[in-house]
Amino acid sequence: MSLDPKQVKHIATLARIKVPDSDLAGLVNELNGIMTWIEQLNEVKVDGVEPMAGVLSRDLPERKDVVSDGGDPEKVLKNAPDRAHGFFVVPKVVE
Amino acid sequence: MAELNHNTIAGALDGLAKKQFSARELAGAHVMQMAKHRDLNAYVTETPEKALAMAEASDARRAKGEAGLMEGIPLGIKDLFCTEGVLTTAGSHILDGFKPTYESTVTANLWKAGAVMLGKLNMDEFAMGSSNGTSYHGPVTNPWRRRGENTRLVPGGSSGGSAAAVAARMALAATGTDTGGSIRQPAAFTGIVGLKPTYGRCSRWGIVAFASSLDQAGPMCRSVEDAAIMLTAMAGHDPKDSTSVDIAVPDFRKAVEGGVKGLKVGIPKEYRLDGLAPEIAKLWEQGAAWLKEQGAEIKEISLPHTKYALPVYYIIAPAEASSNLARYDGVRFGLRVPGESLDDMYERTRAEGFGKEVKRRIMIGTYVLSAGYYDAYYVRAQRIRALILKDFTDAFKDVDVVLTPSTPSAAFGLEEKFDDPVAMYLNDVFTVTVNLAGLPGISVPAGVDGRGLPLGLQLIGRAFDEETVLKAGRAIERAASFTLAPEGF
Repeated sequence: MSLDPKQVKHIATLARIKVPDSDLAGLVNELNGIMTWIEQLNEVKVDGVEPMAGVLSRDLPERKDVVSDGGDPEKVLKNAPDRAHGFFVVPKVVE
Repeated sequence: MAELNHNTIAGALDGLAKKQFSARELAGAHVMQMAKHRDLNAYVTETPEKALAMAEASDARRAKGEAGLMEGIPLGIKDLFCTEGVLTTAGSHILDGFKPTYESTVTANLWKAGAVMLGKLNMDEFAMGSSNGTSYHGPVTNPWRRRGENTRLVPGGSSGGSAAAVAARMALAATGTDTGGSIRQPAAFTGIVGLKPTYGRCSRWGIVAFASSLDQAGPMCRSVEDAAIMLTAMAGHDPKDSTSVDIAVPDFRKAVEGGVKGLKVGIPKEYRLDGLAPEIAKLWEQGAAWLKEQGAEIKEISLPHTKYALPVYYIIAPAEASSNLARYDGVRFGLRVPGESLDDMYERTRAEGFGKEVKRRIMIGTYVLSAGYYDAYYVRAQRIRALILKDFTDAFKDVDVVLTPSTPSAAFGLEEKFDDPVAMYLNDVFTVTVNLAGLPGISVPAGVDGRGLPLGLQLIGRAFDEETVLKAGRAIERAASFTLAPEGF
């Protein structure tokens, strides 16, 4: 199967990346080139094989449920493109 | 004090201990070399004042008898490592102006061991690339040239700035990171040693994340012994990274001269690709012969799922990247492009801030994780990843270490076009299996091709057995006695 322009536009929206219509055709071709190459994975028998999320075959360690960091808003906000009154500022989201 | 920058870490530590030169003089020699070869574009940010101040502090510590493992050694740091108060861009426009308020664990470990920071090194954007050509800061030039030619060559990637800087004597050594070959491939292209440790050996905390189940930091140096010294300083358990393994860090330097007598070396038959360059095949055979001459036993092995490793990687790595890179939204750091709404601001910021390759991978990752495709692509890839790991687990029942070429070719031209992304992905054909299986791997310079360009051989070991990898790497280094440096550096 291959991706069509409508699907690619949808993927771009899910990924929050604006794609101008003029770039769409090229992107469809590139993504289809990669996905076609990936299709070879369909020839591998995977029945009964457990999916592997990572190489560590152990439970992740838990730490004590205590505050170990924080309380420094100045550090957190230091690189913010826009800030006010100790908060990050974003475009208005509530009418 | 000429040529101080032509030293190894081991040699420089010796010279510093014997007071033949100071850490300040050593740092100064590197700062001069950096200024002289700026045209390579290896550094994104130079920090000469910091380097000299850190070197002076190092000299003071040494005078008090408090020398650490890397005392006074000047290093370049890949721009993927967060460095407190020093610009960290990951090679991307979207991290414009980002000065972390914290230090990555690996760099903190190096500074604690006495190392000195020279600056931040260029790289493929978010470590996605094999030529350093995707960097927002422009490509890096390999200090090596083809014999009798002036064609500019790539240093490989993604740790291309690190590789070029170490090869050009603009850093005594450098940090790199390796997700699919990003330490070993550029090391091979520039005639240096690059070591990717076992997954979990070095903390990933404070390293800009690309694919969290694959990323690992490692040393890029001019000798196997140097890689051993630097890895000892970088490694160690870190409670801030839940995947960092709580296991003792050996003094890797002690393993280096251990020899390969009786060692069983596997040659995976599936790595003999159709159309493998005769020069690469010949070097590989030579490598096996070298190890045999030093007492190792050579055995053919099979890693049957090898051919699926790259397509598996190009599902898993983009999937993890699409999630990790969701944080670049114009709100907390870096670039913001104004928009009419919050979503519009996100979309414009990410469209302008990410380069083409990064956008491609985010979109592939978003697609393979999306409803209706998750099982067919992502889960299937995770199952085949388990088969790739099993290939190695089975092989390591019969052998102690695996020998392969590092790359399918020598460095290629900066202007050689790769219109097809898949053609570029094939650079990592010999290295990517190691990341999927979480194993340690080293690339050691072993010879030159017909046009005088360096070629590397790779050794792969069992998980947490970097010592055998270093021993075998040293055996190749000893036999190859690769002492060439790029001309004019």
